[in-house]
Amino acid sequence: MKIVTCIKQTFDTEAKITIENGKVSDQGVNLIVNPYDEFAVEESIRLKEKNGGEVVVVSVGNDKTQEALRYCLAMGADRAVLIQDPALENGDNHSAAVALAKLLADMEYDLIFCGKEAVDDGAAQVPSRLAEKLDLPQANVITSFELGDGQATVTREIDGGTETLEVQLPAVFSAQKGLNEVRYPSLPGIMKAKRKELKVVSLADLGLSAEDVAPKAELVQAELPPPRKAGRVLKGEVEEVVAELVKLLQEEAKVI
Amino acid sequence: MSIVVFAEQRGGTLRKITYEVVSEGKRLAAAAGDSLKVLLAGSDVAGLAEELKKFGADEIAVANDAALADYTTDAYAAVLAAYIQQENPGLVLLGHSAIGKDLAPRVAARLDAGLVSDCIDVKFADGDYAFVHPIYAGKAIATYKVNSAVKMATLRPNVFPVEENAGAGSVVDFSTEIPAPRTKVLEVKQQGGDRPELTEADIICSGGRGLGNPDGFQLIEQLADILGAAVGSSRAAVDAGWRDHQFQVGQTGKVVSPNLYIACGISGAIQHLAGMGSSKCIIGINKDPEANIFNVADYGIEGDLYKVVPALIEKLKEVKG
Repeated sequence: MKIVTCIKQTFDTEAKITIENGKVSDQGVNLIVNPYDEFAVEESIRLKEKNGGEVVVVSVGNDKTQEALRYCLAMGADRAVLIQDPALENGDNHSAAVALAKLLADMEYDLIFCGKEAVDDGAAQVPSRLAEKLDLPQANVITSFELGDGQATVTREIDGGTETLEVQLPAVFSAQKGLNEVRYPSLPGIMKAKRKELKVVSLADLGLSAEDVAPKAELVQAELPPPRKAGRVLKGEVEEVVAELVKLLQEEAKVI
Repeated sequence: MSIVVFAEQRGGTLRKITYEVVSEGKRLAAAAGDSLKVLLAGSDVAGLAEELKKFGADEIAVANDAALADYTTDAYAAVLAAYIQQENPGLVLLGHSAIGKDLAPRVAARLDAGLVSDCIDVKFADGDYAFVHPIYAGKAIATYKVNSAVKMATLRPNVFPVEENAGAGSVVDFSTEIPAPRTKVLEVKQQGGDRPELTEADIICSGGRGLGNPDGFQLIEQLADILGAAVGSSRAAVDAGWRDHQFQVGQTGKVVSPNLYIACGISGAIQHLAGMGSSKCIIGINKDPEANIFNVADYGIEGDLYKVVPALIEKLKEVKG
């Protein structure tokens, strides 16, 4: 069983955001594997442990991204491929999906896993865009995965509930929290990861031009949201405070 | 030029987000001098076109096919992509719902179109659109321009006001070849009973670690019942196993923007605030006077939630009669 798992390196979710020249600054920010992608990596490794085969983690990124890929190798993935190119630095979801699809087109795979979205841009586009470019079926936001013969049965989150889907393989699956419990890399795992293959490829290596991955959506500017002002803390006996609150909700905030 | 809106329905009922997206589509069409076209897809959904007429569309195209009874990516993407190719609009809008999130990027990739997800504002000026999308779960706000001929966006639920408008509202049939889907829906389960869905709810009552135990959510549910609210949860309560992840509000959960958000026993970690910071009114109930939630709450009550919430329930009962 060959599994390709797509990951993205993102800011730690605890990170405070600062803006520099209309862009989000990455100065002093702790970088992690996007939390949803960790579920994807974990599921891939579990399937390999059960069925044999290989897990290849792939990413689009820069020098720092190698660290994220090493982390996945330490978890138990077998090898890694990083697509790195100056032309991808200001790329959008389209750029990433085109590059990943071209890389995957020459790889063997039975399953492709991604995280359901990245916690940075929260766009949730790459899994579906990748599936489309590879002409594969997709199942997004999955919380359970069961491998069958030439198909998989998954549970996915929908608005206000869940849906059970039978999906023909190969296919692209995007992982939601709840799919599994993610392991921490073991010390031997970390040691082994240092010797595992991590290949860096450029757009030219993939036979793509800068034009092929030119972003369709371009950032004009990023800014901090207007700070929310602290309001009033109501004080007094519980009954009084609650009566005051309800009055404020009705007459001032007009929300009930 | 035209603006195309995808009208989302489930089980033969139009979703709330559909009214929001069509209303915004109409505002943008008026600003840009474009016509508004709405695509309604499903099985046995022709009746819903009447309902949509109230929102000012020039044309409502109905793709009525038994193959569209269940939402499947393959079937719906074929219909939406074919409709866009036929109409060649400048802008395509969908809701940032489970269906919109699945469908929009698939169709965008097919058409090599730029897509900005989860917009809280779309502006039209100098002949171009600017798409405003919160990033880092609202810790920053980014504005994008899209350079493809067809520009696509999904709109965040509960942000765009619903407005009725006059429009020609002519109803036409639309059909295209629908491929056999490679996914099959085996079962659909709705959770949460009659409660509104978190991202659609006008009021959300949320509980956190301060509840002390999973049974504490019964109290939150009682409060929600009186207000017709949805029930949310902090990450701490989900990680403790008290609540399913489906109900988590925050950067690694749902991003919500209700009119009223009542945080009970939630300290207000940065990743939770990111998920609910755009709520119109926030109430924080916490016994810790230093809790971060008081820095964002419009109204705070410092105290034991097990005393405050029952008193609040009684008072609301009284007021609501």
